[in-house]
Amino acid sequence: MRKSLRRSIAGALLALGASSTLPGLVQAAANEQFFPLATYRVGAYASSGIPVWAGMIDYLRYINEVEGGINGVKLVWQECETEWTAEKGIECYERFKNGLNGAPVAVYQPNGAPAAYALADKAAADKIPLITLGYGRTEATDGSVFPYNFPVMLTFYSEASAVVNYIAEREGGFDKLKGKKIATVYHDSAYGRETQGPLALLAEKYGFENLQIPVADPGNEQSAQWRQVRQAKPDWVFLRTWGVSTPVAIKTAARFGFPVDRIIGDIWASSDEDVLPAGDAGKGYLALTPYPGGADFAIHQKIKEHILDQGKSDLKDPKSFGSVYYNSGLVNAAIAVEAIRAGQQKFGQRPLTGDEGRWGLEHLNVDEARLKAIGFAGLMQPLRLSCPDHEGGGAAKVQQWDGARWKLLTDWVQADRQTLRPLIEAKSAAYAKEKGITARDCRAEQ
Amino acid sequence: MSILSHSLPAAHDSAPVELLRRRLPWVLLALLAVAFGLVPWLGDDYWLNAILIPFLVLSLAGLGLNLLTGYTGQTSVGAAGFMAVGAFATYGLLLRVPGLPLPLALAGGGLIAAGVGFVFGIPSNRIKGFYLMVTTLAAQFFLEWVFTKFPWFYNYASSGTISAPRLEVFGHDLHSPTGRYLLTLSCVVLLTWVAVNLVRSQIGRNWMAIRDMDTAAAVIGIPVDRYKRLAFAVSSFYLGVAGALWAFAYLGTASAGSFDINRSFQILFIIIIGGMGSIAGNFVGAAFISLLPLLLNYAGQNLLGGNVDAGQLQNLQKIIFGVLIIWFLIKEPEGLIRLLTHLRERLARWPLRF
Repeated sequence: MRKSLRRSIAGALLALGASSTLPGLVQAAANEQFFPLATYRVGAYASSGIPVWAGMIDYLRYINEVEGGINGVKLVWQECETEWTAEKGIECYERFKNGLNGAPVAVYQPNGAPAAYALADKAAADKIPLITLGYGRTEATDGSVFPYNFPVMLTFYSEASAVVNYIAEREGGFDKLKGKKIATVYHDSAYGRETQGPLALLAEKYGFENLQIPVADPGNEQSAQWRQVRQAKPDWVFLRTWGVSTPVAIKTAARFGFPVDRIIGDIWASSDEDVLPAGDAGKGYLALTPYPGGADFAIHQKIKEHILDQGKSDLKDPKSFGSVYYNSGLVNAAIAVEAIRAGQQKFGQRPLTGDEGRWGLEHLNVDEARLKAIGFAGLMQPLRLSCPDHEGGGAAKVQQWDGARWKLLTDWVQADRQTLRPLIEAKSAAYAKEKGITARDCRAEQ
Repeated sequence: MSILSHSLPAAHDSAPVELLRRRLPWVLLALLAVAFGLVPWLGDDYWLNAILIPFLVLSLAGLGLNLLTGYTGQTSVGAAGFMAVGAFATYGLLLRVPGLPLPLALAGGGLIAAGVGFVFGIPSNRIKGFYLMVTTLAAQFFLEWVFTKFPWFYNYASSGTISAPRLEVFGHDLHSPTGRYLLTLSCVVLLTWVAVNLVRSQIGRNWMAIRDMDTAAAVIGIPVDRYKRLAFAVSSFYLGVAGALWAFAYLGTASAGSFDINRSFQILFIIIIGGMGSIAGNFVGAAFISLLPLLLNYAGQNLLGGNVDAGQLQNLQKIIFGVLIIWFLIKEPEGLIRLLTHLRERLARWPLRF
């Protein structure tokens, strides 16, 4: 009896293995564009990820069911679990890069810094463009050296500059920055260190004092750091933490009596999940974001009507509708969709390949009128990409937590990208030299 | 005289115990022929990049740790730290020594890792068991910190990542998946061959004597401290080469975060599940740890994909994977390799039973 049971289990496992290697039963569809979703629903960052995937999937569903696809080209998607790691991210990428049942991949979103770094060279070899919104290599802004990397909208450099510009606005002008103290409390990792270069440059330019205070990973205990903040008495604190270290920072700041409305969180410290655990201490906290929270944008009305109210949403918790992470999913998906649309204008209304997707991204021009048409006015900044500029926007809004939701304080605060460009070009030139890459001539790309 | 000669053993024309003549390991040779000849032709990018390369590198890392933990009995949870040393050292050598060929850079990275391993092995003179494990834990965190803290190690890149400057051997570009696979396979085969001979040599036997009882080993004249440190160094050499391959042949880019404590545990699990004190066990364990989740993933995707919530499905796979680990360890605490050996012996006697 036991033996036969064991045998049948073994048989079932074998059959499973065999069936999994067979090609899928769905036949290749000629007019479909594959949209790979490298997601993380388990692991340490799952709680931030889940609303993002819901935003993406809801928008793709909306495009398919309400707009009939992108100019008639339907989107198909499949998920692959990355656990926010590089190796699973590579596995997913390799699984997806050749498309799904004949539907090709036009753009790929690695959704995770480790995977984005690991895939940079592979994607360039396979001619598949990577979109990394708010993370990834800053120097990839220089598209002549990184043709297939798109750190769109807001790199860490622009983020630093936008913060300084916002502070100048609050202080009453750039001349008032002289002698002010801006402390950066940062997660001591590659991500946290990225803003040191641009802040040093801006401090020199405007004459403010630049303090850098590291928090070791994971940042569960920050008394030492905030004691240091209290001693230095900075005018502003730029908070570049991530994950658990953000609510801990807000609570510890309150304990040491540093005013919370003088702390500006960065893009990865700007979600509902970052402030909710801090409770009352978070009331008044400022944060910088390229995709503000809120469910009152035009696209939300449409998605609510056609997807949410029809019970077709991927969202488990309806309260997350309009949260910062949900909106980031919408913006991410919209950029990909608009890039494919741009590519279709040149290559025809058909599914695009990766190289055609790159062309579409490099000729992407989402202006105010277009944002209005797709319902993203106010939620997304105008975005214009080109061969030498893979970032485009470079602006963020500042939002304030009122204890229950985010309130927008400003319109788009533009970064001073001209000042920082030489830093980026020096880094990309160093990368090109290290790798032996000859930069492409962007004038020939028009 | 005659009495004496009577008690002496009779002279033999041939030795009473004939040493087993070494047969050619046909199975192994066939496997190698397939791995070197057929796989690069047949395998597509997915198989090479996502399955075979990580499997081989993890096997090599398991082998490195097994020399220390399985053969010498020194538990270590700092494996990934030494991998990081290998990766960053190889990167530094390739970057700062112009014209250094890749094999030498890999060996150099391994040697630097061996040096670091030797230093962190010094406490093993005085402390044992769990206490030694804690010092290796310290090594893990210290090394991870060093490679984040000092930008010199990653050539002042803003993102703190390193990527292979050039992958070429004797003028052949190894950037293609096939090239990287062959590079990895060659390293793994060579180092495995060395390891097999090493554990059969006097060094290996001394290590095993120390593992089984270090007081007894000292009594029969084995310099215990020296051999422990040697084990740390050799193990770190293997881990260093594995780390460099992990960074450059597999990931392409790596940072200190690629070699965190989770990687150390993963390698420790590989040798526990595969089999401590076994060379082949590392390969079995690495296959189990790296390939089984993929198989589960495909099975889940094909059987339930679309009908079950995607998050639940992922968690379900984790649960099944965990249950399988527990089940195998209960069935055979000495690792999968012992299970396979039993199976082979049974098959050899089939249809008779034990």
